[in-house]
Amino acid sequence: MSIDKQDVQKIAHLARLALTEEDAVQYQHSLSSVLSLVEQMQSVDTDGVAPLSNPLEMTQRLREDEVTEVNQRDAFLANAPQTEAGLFLVPQVIE
Amino acid sequence: MFEQSIATLAQQLRNKEISSVELTRLFLDRIQALDPQLNSFITISDELALQQAKAADTAIANGSSSSLTGIPIAHKDLFCTQDVLTTCGSKMLNNFIPPYESTVTSRIQQAGAVMLGKTNMDEFAMGSSNENSFYGAVKNPWNLNKVPGGSSGGSAAAVAAGLAVAATGTDTGGSIRQPASFCGITGLKPTYGRVSRFGMIAYASSLDQGGPMAKSAEDCAHLMQAMAGFDDKDSTSSETPKEDYLANLNAPLAGLKIGLPKEYFGDGLDAKVADTIMAAVKEFEKLGATVKEVSLPNLQLSIPSYYVIAPSEASSNLSRFDGVRFGHRCDDPKDLLDMYTRSRAEGFGTEVQKRIMVGTYALSEGYYDAYYLKAQKIRRLIKEDFVNALNEVDVIMGPVAPTTAFDLGSKTNDPVAMYLEDIYTLSVNLAGIPAMSVPAGFVDNMPVGLQIMGNYFAEAKLLNIAHQYQQNTDWHLQTPTMAKGA
Repeated sequence: MSIDKQDVQKIAHLARLALTEEDAVQYQHSLSSVLSLVEQMQSVDTDGVAPLSNPLEMTQRLREDEVTEVNQRDAFLANAPQTEAGLFLVPQVIE
Repeated sequence: MFEQSIATLAQQLRNKEISSVELTRLFLDRIQALDPQLNSFITISDELALQQAKAADTAIANGSSSSLTGIPIAHKDLFCTQDVLTTCGSKMLNNFIPPYESTVTSRIQQAGAVMLGKTNMDEFAMGSSNENSFYGAVKNPWNLNKVPGGSSGGSAAAVAAGLAVAATGTDTGGSIRQPASFCGITGLKPTYGRVSRFGMIAYASSLDQGGPMAKSAEDCAHLMQAMAGFDDKDSTSSETPKEDYLANLNAPLAGLKIGLPKEYFGDGLDAKVADTIMAAVKEFEKLGATVKEVSLPNLQLSIPSYYVIAPSEASSNLSRFDGVRFGHRCDDPKDLLDMYTRSRAEGFGTEVQKRIMVGTYALSEGYYDAYYLKAQKIRRLIKEDFVNALNEVDVIMGPVAPTTAFDLGSKTNDPVAMYLEDIYTLSVNLAGIPAMSVPAGFVDNMPVGLQIMGNYFAEAKLLNIAHQYQQNTDWHLQTPTMAKGA
């Protein structure tokens, strides 16, 4: 299984990673080798096998829809790169 | 002093032979003297440690102490610790001060333990050698030219070198057991859901599990007493009541049925490591255990299954690092997309970016069934192998890793070779069962770990088995030469 440089750039875009041309060539090789490694799964007969997502096959526990946490707005904002008036600041999105 | 067990130190603290402040200073001094050779800590929280030690001394004086009160330990830098830098080994989080405490560190703190600092690790726990840390590689205390294993390499090296009495680690594909094996300490990966994941920075949520790393099984049991058990804040936390991990440590092993999976002793296993493991198994026979061969026929498939499931979950979990609410943000973003893509490319290291992309690919339109769903079906086959084998025997034993610790830099250019190192540990996480690494000998002066795998929620049984072995051997009591230098 090998992928080309365009594939790598497409995957990087989906993953929101900015790659240089040089990075893309490097990842083309390393991604291809990982995909070759996982390719051996395709030869296994898994007809009738149900996928296992939780090893204990637990069902999701639900709780009452109640407020259980205290408001820590300032504490959380303290880790943000940029804030203003109690809000997270990002580059302009709407003209 | 630095080689003493938790039980002995707790006794000395209670008898006022030493104070927690003195003990904490002793370990802080050892870190200062020896860690420049190892790089096992990212953050040393000396002021906080001395505050906690003072509080512990007060608690001991008031007669309200547990076995962990005043004991200096270290936490893997993946557990969020309130007001203490938590990096997860990444540049992405090199300024992240959590406003809350993980359940594991909170419970250990409640039990009175002192936190010396946060240990180095592979970035976001992705690695088997601790060479993927933004904060530099960790060295193995037994040989400074070798890796300590990963991803909990800092915790393993710190405990082996006597820079902390014990430490926490996390294990997604072997990250407690393999470094424990490489550094000659004892580590336990509990059953999935036994230890809360709340406040653990997520890598692969259906596989991640925190656990203890210490010199002995008995010390691990003391940590499990504090850290294990149901937590309302983790939606996959198990409601199965936790056991008393200390109560049955001395139960005799007569009649114990041990299974040796033939797939764990095939091609690729170093012959001297195999001999060491078989010698350990012989020791169990002397203690009254019986041994039979079992089979885990789908073992080889654990590598492809893991390297689809873990990256897929990682690609989803790590999407939160977008430069908006916390973590690294690039300079002068020209728009939102530019901010996301450059912040992530600058903040994540190569291995992390690679795994995010593998996961993104596996989950993308048109490939989901062929990769993620297929990997989950194979995951069931792997689980069924363990269920079948554990119907025949009480525990399964084998090596933790095919070799002892390898040279720094020897596998960094061949990631697939590095992935193959995980062959004996990945399947345990896919199945969700508990497993330990126990020091079982040395090959060419490097430690070898015996892996003991048990049934769901059989942690107390595993600790009992390991403790009995350690009552009859002294591999876990060996100290690297460099640790004696201070």
